[in-house]
Amino acid sequence: MSRIKTLFQEKKNILSIYFTAGYPELNDTVRIAEALEKSGADLLEIGFPYSDPVADGPVIQASSKQSLDQGMDLKLLFEQLKSLREKVSIPVLLMGYVNPMLQFGVENFCNACVEVGVDGCIVPDLPMVEYEEFYQDIFESRGLSNIFLVTPQTSPERIRKIDGLSNGFIYLLSSSATTGQSLQVSENTESYFARIADLKLNNPLMIGFGINSKETFDKACQYANGGIIGSAFVKALEPADLEGSIQRFMLKFKS
Amino acid sequence: MSYFVNEKGYYGDFGGAYIPEMLYPNVEELRQNYLKIIEDESFQQEFHQLLKDYVGRPSPLYLAKRLSQKYKANIFLKREDLNHTGAHKINNTIGQILLAERLGKKRIIAETGAGQHGVATATVCALRGLECVVYMGEVDIKRQAPNVARMKMLGAKVVPATSGSKTLKDATNEAMRDWINNPVDTHYIIGSVVGPHPYPDMVAIFQSIISEETKKQLLEQTGNDQPDYVLACVGGGSNAMGMFYHFVDDEKVKLVAVEAGGKGVDSGFSAATTYLGKEGVLHGSRSILMQTDDGQVVEPHSVSAGLDYPGIGPQHAHLFKTGRGQYVSVTDDESLQAGLLLTQMEGIIPAIESAHALAYLEKMTFTGQENVVVCLSGRGDKDMDTYMKYFGL
Ligand SMILES: Cc1ncc(COP(=O)(O)O)c(C=O)c1O
Repeated sequence: MSRIKTLFQEKKNILSIYFTAGYPELNDTVRIAEALEKSGADLLEIGFPYSDPVADGPVIQASSKQSLDQGMDLKLLFEQLKSLREKVSIPVLLMGYVNPMLQFGVENFCNACVEVGVDGCIVPDLPMVEYEEFYQDIFESRGLSNIFLVTPQTSPERIRKIDGLSNGFIYLLSSSATTGQSLQVSENTESYFARIADLKLNNPLMIGFGINSKETFDKACQYANGGIIGSAFVKALEPADLEGSIQRFMLKFKS
Repeated sequence: MSYFVNEKGYYGDFGGAYIPEMLYPNVEELRQNYLKIIEDESFQQEFHQLLKDYVGRPSPLYLAKRLSQKYKANIFLKREDLNHTGAHKINNTIGQILLAERLGKKRIIAETGAGQHGVATATVCALRGLECVVYMGEVDIKRQAPNVARMKMLGAKVVPATSGSKTLKDATNEAMRDWINNPVDTHYIIGSVVGPHPYPDMVAIFQSIISEETKKQLLEQTGNDQPDYVLACVGGGSNAMGMFYHFVDDEKVKLVAVEAGGKGVDSGFSAATTYLGKEGVLHGSRSILMQTDDGQVVEPHSVSAGLDYPGIGPQHAHLFKTGRGQYVSVTDDESLQAGLLLTQMEGIIPAIESAHALAYLEKMTFTGQENVVVCLSGRGDKDMDTYMKYFGL
């Protein structure tokens, strides 16, 4: 069974962490992954940077830019990830925008994922229809998951369709927003989370965007299988004390 | 072969809607409604009334006599510079504001490069009493100061885009982020034939008035509604698509699209997309864009803010790839010289964008018989600073 399926069967309150590859230092990618697993992360999303990240707020824009300026590209990332599975055993996804993936070649990209032990991807601007028509077979024949996003504005019919195409989990956005804003749990948000839970989907749910505290993480766990933290983690990274800053950050969520 | 969009939102290999889920409901709402709304009689009536009484259409088709003598062809200028607000951009913003109203939207956002689209958007928002936010690159805010002042006076909020090259591409990123964060009451008026389907088609339809009028005017003036050539500059490509629209299926009419060569196509400071670009995805559609091997978008350069964009609309990519259109470029210097030439031979100061199309006339050879239409997409008031500095006036 895949690492992702096993995780969701065996664990509750799953804590997933996003970070940008090649940031703060170019060669920190695997080091951060290793430290995160040691401090209790259950799932990792490694961002491959893009010059025009339209779905991202200032923190991830800045980390992406710095990473690119330092020389990160997909070729180098897969090179770095060759040592991933010697050091990390939790599931790992790659997250990024469609254009770098297209230039690399989707088939090459998927082969490289399999080779280094990446379990799937999240590509927010890869449309569902394109995925279904051109790429689903490439992903599934290699046992890779593709994770889709759902927002409060996504219709129930579309959510069902997404559920049918998903094979890992569904990424539930707390609101329609770019990354890095604080989650405001209003009655509306709660009723939206409850509405999704009521759909009794086949895939597990993870809530992301705006989770930056124990309180917001607990809220996510109340309605879904866990929560995803991105900008808050990226912001907390201290280049001079990388492992220490990761440990301190993770302690807040594990108490 | 069709040069227009198919039911899946594609022009051959190009187009589509590569957008994050957050934008899907808005874009889908547009996709399902745009043709219904545009084809509705009340919309057509209101649109054409405003184009006539407010924009001042039809814009003249002017036979430029001295320019014609110089180039040995009949050079007609389609005078979009005489539109209210000074460029073709207002054809599209009038159309989109009427559409936004019919979709019940209360807030309008836009990106702008030269500021012409920002002004045209701020203008229609003032006209209809809607809130307006315009994103503009920090660099462009400096080089197009008069337009920033106009937008502010019209009541728009102008927000500087400070990422990347701080020009049009970055302003577009910021506008998309705004739309993601305001998913319900906001309409994004994209200023060119770029973006996810249905934007390229919708904007082309609104701009197609340019070639619709040109055909009628040519028939009246020459007895023949088929020119030999039509020329237009290409940033994202909206004035060019408007100029080409009703000629695309008439293969006898040659379509010439002029891109911004910047300091030279191989200088590293250029915006000549078809020459420098490869197929890829930017701002929601698959097209041709300037990018690295790793798929990172390359910062373009042009003296003209409106052409300083690393991509072109998907329909242009299709016209280019099929060979239906001829895609060429001229440099910063060549276009500034062409701007001065038009000013001194015809008494018309063109926008530097439009001067790119004029500059290509130098590189064409004519026999004296040809009818050539150049889209004079805008006037040069906004560019006086650049002209004065360049020519030491
Ligand atoms: C006068 C003028 N012409 C042309 C353009 C380029 O846009 P497009 O290629 O969409 O016509 C602009 C853009 O700002 C403009 O102001």
